Amino acid sequence: MDHKVLVAVDSLTFMYEDQQKKALDNVSFQVMQGEWVAIVGHNGSGKSTLAKLLNGLYFSAEGSIRIGDIKISEETVWEARKKIGMVFQNPDNQFVGTTVKDDVAFGLENNAVPREEMHIRVETALAKVNMLPFLDQEPHHLSGGQKQRVAIAGVIALKPSIIVLDEATSMLDPQGRQEVLELMKELKQENMTVISITHDLDEAARADRIIIMNEGKIYKEGKPSEIFQLEKELIDIGLDIPFAIKLRSGLRKQGIQLDKITLTEEELVTELWTSHFKK
Amino acid sequence: MDISLQKVAYRYQENTPFETLAIKDVDINITSGSYTAIIGHTGSGKSTVLQHLNALLTPTSGNVVIGDRLIESGRKNKNLAPIRQKVGIVFQFPESQLFEETVEKDICFGPMNFGVSEEEAKHRAKKALREVGLSEEYLTKSPFDLSGGQMRRVAIAGVLAMEPEVLVLDEPTAGLDPRGRKEIMDMFYRLHKERNLTTILVTHSMEDAAIYADKIVIMNKGNVYKEGEPEAIFSNSEDLIEIGLNVPDIVRFQQKLETLLGYKLDRVHLNMETFIMEVSDHLKKKEDNQ
Repeated sequence: MDHKVLVAVDSLTFMYEDQQKKALDNVSFQVMQGEWVAIVGHNGSGKSTLAKLLNGLYFSAEGSIRIGDIKISEETVWEARKKIGMVFQNPDNQFVGTTVKDDVAFGLENNAVPREEMHIRVETALAKVNMLPFLDQEPHHLSGGQKQRVAIAGVIALKPSIIVLDEATSMLDPQGRQEVLELMKELKQENMTVISITHDLDEAARADRIIIMNEGKIYKEGKPSEIFQLEKELIDIGLDIPFAIKLRSGLRKQGIQLDKITLTEEELVTELWTSHFKK
Repeated sequence: MDISLQKVAYRYQENTPFETLAIKDVDINITSGSYTAIIGHTGSGKSTVLQHLNALLTPTSGNVVIGDRLIESGRKNKNLAPIRQKVGIVFQFPESQLFEETVEKDICFGPMNFGVSEEEAKHRAKKALREVGLSEEYLTKSPFDLSGGQMRRVAIAGVLAMEPEVLVLDEPTAGLDPRGRKEIMDMFYRLHKERNLTTILVTHSMEDAAIYADKIVIMNKGNVYKEGEPEAIFSNSEDLIEIGLNVPDIVRFQQKLETLLGYKLDRVHLNMETFIMEVSDHLKKKEDNQ
């Protein structure tokens, strides 16, 4: 991760037309180049509104969003969208091509990428998401996880500097979810900047940093290890805590001493065994 | 109400080049008052099974018995309305089916379609709305002014207002946040008990299957791969992993601990509380012995 600010959100406030309550209320945060930030919150906390503003689907009257040196506005939105790629929730709603290849090429065609280069980019992107063997397949032959991987290929073919996944795993089965999470990890390793909007705490646990939204505001911000110590607070605002942390706290409540702070299942089982059974 | 599938096979687009066999040789018995979870990954045939439960699909071969009705392959099965009333299906993302001007009209639509009087339908709408955790104020609102979670509840109320004996739930919590998920699942469980419903839950969540169901049916490649009580199903994780499924987190944790211990605990725990109790008892006994 470099220490260069890629996304700067400053005092962002947004209200939908026919509503009295602000969907976003004075939200400010930054995302660094190469960072993976998870934005977490319950349904209606404002996190999807934030995604729509990041991609210029809506514009706010107050506050600003900068992607690199571009400030998003109606004039600059097309320029900004070249830098920020979006993957949405429903794999079936974002498949536009009749084959995998066409689908990935769609965005490139819209951006008038020369044919020669288009071929190269389509294949490189599909290879990256492990979908190259499916080049000529039709979408209905693919699983949900495969469709989402193709959607991600469509985004990375455009070489954005940042990819925003708006609940991209929430409609997938466990296997599909795992596939997409693995892919996100790989993208991040290749220095892609990732913003994942989710209420899956296991997904959020993999991020570098978590931003928790509540009632349109930033409620807390920190590393996963810090955020998940908030246990009760998280549950109070409609979220949950990852399994390993919940179990650790349950064991401790029962008087089982576990001194070391553990975040994963592996760490916890080892800690439980070494401090209590291995004697 | 009992439902059984007997040697059911179903082919989509039969006699066309697109013909595909979605399920074959499927035998499932669902007894009245039971809570059955159907698990399987995408393409395993569970949605096809689901559509046989209220005769939306007629089997290509085999029989489906729904209460006292027999649905046979190769026959035009008429007068299916009573079945559709008794077997209510909550489809995935049911809020996308809302269409009326007000919440009340939307909930009343189903029951009135089945011949219930307007007065009775309105009475049921109020009751159903209460059951899904929304106040009466919502009756006059447009369903399209509600949040996603509230829309989901209204859509579920529409199914409940038909007063079905069997409730079929297809991924009813997909897309909801953790609290919303728990509230909806607890609500279905409460209705299951209170109204003595027969409940069938199609889910990807091993946790939900483990906690709520008394029987689990696992589908794979259009077949019933395994069925049994949750404890038995999850005590053999290799079988599940082999077909790309998983066991609940707590079961996996227990197995990891057992590997380190070199022996098995007394039983397979499907929830965290009982697991913690056994570990704690175990440690107490160990201390006493020392």
